[in-house]
Amino acid sequence: MRRNKTSCTMTNFHKQQHSFIQLPKTPTGITGLDEITGGGLPKGRPSLICGEAGCGKTLMSLEFIIRGATQFNEPGVFMAFEEKAEELTQNVASLGFDLNKLQHDKLVKLDHVHIDRSEIEETGEYDLEGLFIRMGYAIDSIGAKRVVLDTLENLFSGLSDTAILRAELRRLFNFLKEKGVTAIITGEKGEGGSLTRQGLEEYVSDCVILLDHRVINQISTRRLRVVKYRGSQHGTNEYPFLIDEEGISVLPVTSLKLEKEVSSSRVSSGIPALDDMLGGKGFFKGSSVLVSGTAGTGKTSIAAYFANETCNGGKKCLYFAFEESPKQIVRNMKSINVDLQKHIDKGVLQFFASRPTLYGLEMHLVAMYKLIHKFKPDAVVLDPITNLITVGSVSEVKSMLVRLIDFLQEMQITVMFTALSLNTIVSEQTDEGVSSLVDAWLLVRDIEYNGERNRGMYIMKSRGMKHSNQVREFIITDKGLDLVEVYLGPEGVLTGSAREAQKLQEKTGVALRDFAVSRKDKEIMRKRKMLESKISSLQAEFESAEEELNKIYLEEQLKQEIVERNRAEMTNMRKGSIDAENKIRSKK
Amino acid sequence: MEGKAVNYELRLYVAGKTVKSVAALANLQKYCEEHLKGQYVIEVIDLLVQPQLAEGDQIFAIPTLVRKVPEPIRKIIGDLSNEEKVLVGLNIRPR
Repeated sequence: MRRNKTSCTMTNFHKQQHSFIQLPKTPTGITGLDEITGGGLPKGRPSLICGEAGCGKTLMSLEFIIRGATQFNEPGVFMAFEEKAEELTQNVASLGFDLNKLQHDKLVKLDHVHIDRSEIEETGEYDLEGLFIRMGYAIDSIGAKRVVLDTLENLFSGLSDTAILRAELRRLFNFLKEKGVTAIITGEKGEGGSLTRQGLEEYVSDCVILLDHRVINQISTRRLRVVKYRGSQHGTNEYPFLIDEEGISVLPVTSLKLEKEVSSSRVSSGIPALDDMLGGKGFFKGSSVLVSGTAGTGKTSIAAYFANETCNGGKKCLYFAFEESPKQIVRNMKSINVDLQKHIDKGVLQFFASRPTLYGLEMHLVAMYKLIHKFKPDAVVLDPITNLITVGSVSEVKSMLVRLIDFLQEMQITVMFTALSLNTIVSEQTDEGVSSLVDAWLLVRDIEYNGERNRGMYIMKSRGMKHSNQVREFIITDKGLDLVEVYLGPEGVLTGSAREAQKLQEKTGVALRDFAVSRKDKEIMRKRKMLESKISSLQAEFESAEEELNKIYLEEQLKQEIVERNRAEMTNMRKGSIDAENKIRSKK
Repeated sequence: MEGKAVNYELRLYVAGKTVKSVAALANLQKYCEEHLKGQYVIEVIDLLVQPQLAEGDQIFAIPTLVRKVPEPIRKIIGDLSNEEKVLVGLNIRPR
């Protein structure tokens, strides 16, 4: 039996997987919230947004209405129990929303429900039918699909008969469901563990979102958490959110999967010698690079070089500066022959400078997300991440950077962090604990020797590529950055002027040796010439002797010929023509 | 009594002929006859018929009695079963 049942549920499960119908949802249009909730709020049902005063409940619900009206063509009714319509209009005007126009276009209806206990006397039985009628009328008048009740609990402060109110609330939620509107009810956070003061969560059972506004180390961070979402998957974490000139942005800042696309294409660091150290090609595209070092070792210069190189290639770079102002960086980099201003003018380089204490870590992250999404850079520089520690603990910074790296890798953006390592800390110790997260780690270090300070660069790690294990001397000149091979001599590693001195010494040695060699060469040449002349005189002697011999030989031959001819003529004279044949033969 | 010179303009908001609405109207008429004879006007507004009027007078509960005149506007919600409260609420009887 049991087995049967299990198999049955299993098949059901599979069936569900195949024909899985997502709970119908209404997108809020609020950046990030739809991702967390997997598509938005439950369609046609009421949701509860609760939180303390000033945590953004009203704004979030109002944005839900406005976005619905402007982006999804779903008119909405906003019933305000707290603020007047004009106040609301003013409040969101700063976010670029024109509520008056939307109202005029019959896309939004604001209805301020004014409840003043001093004006109201209660006698006997009553109900909230008036509110229902009012709401129903508002909904019907513009064909609303969305409704917000902000803050419903004000009813409780205005009316004393809570028993009636509670009964009416239940009726209200049924009424909203019947109307088929997607509703948001906001509620103030109650004492202790309860989500709302009046226990509204009892009535709204489909979706509850908790907003929070926490101050840690004098820095406040807004957070959002989906407490419950019946019938739907949702992100359960606390997500920071930001209210800025574009409304609310919530960021699902942790990707749960490690399934990112990776690229094997390379990007140059801008320093050819460094590229050489990295297998001759530079970093991987979409990888993360950490440049750490003590103060004044040229971390920012390396970062600027990288940014410059990226922009030179026509790609976009976003530079987050946490220490220096953009102008300062531009000026300083001019001194090493890097003109960042032209990239800024061209729009391929964008600086974003903020004091770390401006807002909390999460907010920094959120702000970065937004900027990155907007600018769509190919490379990002964070200079320096160590300054972030002023707003959070090491572990917090780390967790934030993990998410940032995660996000950037997903976007295939190469990121370069700079980190200041303090002298008191052993410099090999990880900076902000991120060295395990990054793909490549460059360490710039002071090498003190012979009364001077020089910079040495190491590649501590570089995942997935052959890289040099040699320390290089890192020099910064008017012309730019360069890496020089350090001198490895019998006296150990030499840098700076010691290296130069050693080089000079070597040069002298070479010159001396060259001189000696050339003297020997000359001597050989001379000897060779001497011998050659000797050879030629002997040759001449030999030729004259040979000629003499030839002469004698020819004379002999000539003599013999003449003798023979004479003899033949003599014979002819004696024998006459008979011997003509002989004559011919002898001629032959 | 000073109130004798004042003309009372009262509005009773109801939603259909519910028990509470009917009771409220009956109660109101009774009190007015007793205390404000000849000085009052009662206007009954049925929100089921004229829902657009609910917003203007900030009606959310039913039944609601609104004293339009004399100013300031005062509201009494409920079936008006407590005479004392209604009279105080309408400022007919001092608190």
